[in-house]
Amino acid sequence: MAGGSENITQSDYIRHHLQNLTFGQHADGSWGLADSAEEAQAMGFWAFNVDSLFWAVVLGAAFYFLFRNVAKKANSGVPTRFQAAIEFIIEFVDNSVRESFHGSSKFIAPLALTLFVWIFFMNMMDLIPVDWLPWVATSAGIHYQKVVPTTDANVTMGMSITVFILIIYFSIKIKGVAGFIGELTGQPFASDSMAGKIVFFIPNLILELVSLVAKPVSLGLRLFGNLYAGELIFILIAMIFTAGSGLVASGLSSLFGEHIPAWFWVVATATVFVTLWLNLKGKLDNKKTLWLLLAELLLVGGMAFLLGQLMHFSWAIFHLLIVTLQAFIFMMLTIVYLSMAHEHH
Amino acid sequence: MNINATLILQSIAMMIFVWFCMKFIWPPLIQAMDERRERIAEGLAASDQAEQELKAAKVKVGEQIREARDRASEIVEQATQRHTQILDQAKDDAHSERQRQVAAAEADIAQAANQAREDLRSSLASLAVLGAGKILEREVDTQTHRELLDKLIKEL
Repeated sequence: MAGGSENITQSDYIRHHLQNLTFGQHADGSWGLADSAEEAQAMGFWAFNVDSLFWAVVLGAAFYFLFRNVAKKANSGVPTRFQAAIEFIIEFVDNSVRESFHGSSKFIAPLALTLFVWIFFMNMMDLIPVDWLPWVATSAGIHYQKVVPTTDANVTMGMSITVFILIIYFSIKIKGVAGFIGELTGQPFASDSMAGKIVFFIPNLILELVSLVAKPVSLGLRLFGNLYAGELIFILIAMIFTAGSGLVASGLSSLFGEHIPAWFWVVATATVFVTLWLNLKGKLDNKKTLWLLLAELLLVGGMAFLLGQLMHFSWAIFHLLIVTLQAFIFMMLTIVYLSMAHEHH
Repeated sequence: MNINATLILQSIAMMIFVWFCMKFIWPPLIQAMDERRERIAEGLAASDQAEQELKAAKVKVGEQIREARDRASEIVEQATQRHTQILDQAKDDAHSERQRQVAAAEADIAQAANQAREDLRSSLASLAVLGAGKILEREVDTQTHRELLDKLIKEL
């Protein structure tokens, strides 16, 4: 289920999932997509992770059209449910900005909204089962596909560096070049005498530069690290789930041998869907549905299916928290950093 | 994981989306929300005011009803008073009329009695003179005894 070849090892599977589709200059000078991790590495800085950028732009566009659609029809009358939901998000972001940023928020608030929703959407890609979109891509002849843009450090660092540029821009705009340099060199060791200022100039500059640079680095790497780890765990769960061997899947392997036929999964999934569908149509009451589902899950290979699904499900629920929290943290820290840039120390 | 130019493109994409949001998403939505908040506040204030007005109107209506009731009972009282007054007046009138008529009748009677007395007196005088004449068998000088007779008559 993971890529083209049949006999792949587990480490190959993981490595394959963590490889971006990279476009750059080959060693022979021609431009094209990298065929392997080594080739992508060799392309150096002037290469692009096509999949990350593609999904980032698609999700950014999704954010834009979703909100633009509501914004176009926005009126002060009775809102539709969807409009109310969108306005709830706006209100939430607006409140967050107002709480920590005191000043004109004509730029900060839309920035915070864009970052929050966009990062949330990009993180949400993590909840799509890890093999689906890569499988579609493989079918279309694309060998590498990493669908969660925020598991690409380039994407998260790209955003945090933009925030960093904004920090410097606002610092200089509000405090002037002299004020900004004064802030970098006048603390944490403060002195009133000229000699003291000269003595503390270098240590202050070093300390302040470190804390200044730490902002974008921590901002970008925090998001990347959380999502990368989450993605990795999904991949591991998927591996246990689909491997067809090992302790948890031994029931299935003894029935079908090393390779569980695809139709088995199709039938199993269809049965569960039909049960749920009957329940939704009111043909089955809830208690019966639960018993039937349990029986089906046990039938379809006992612990293999159940454990795999359970693990995936519980991690997905937990990850949902991480996804939202990380989007919120990125937004909040951006607001805080920019409000610090606006304040005089 | 390679750090490559994706970084730059992502940064550009971010700025473009932020600009989109700043131009086309945030202002209309926040404006609509603020307007709605204002309208809701206005509506709530209006409803509060209406409630107050209703309360005031209710108080006023109660007052007016009480006033009307007072006025009505006053009128009834006045009417009753007037009624007894008229009745008393009529009674008094009747009484005085009766008294007047009784008095008139009594006066008539007294007058008639006096008349009768006078008549009687005058006839008595003549009769007395006549009788005395008869008794004395002689002419009584009327003139001489007139005074005497009148005195007599008066004593009758």
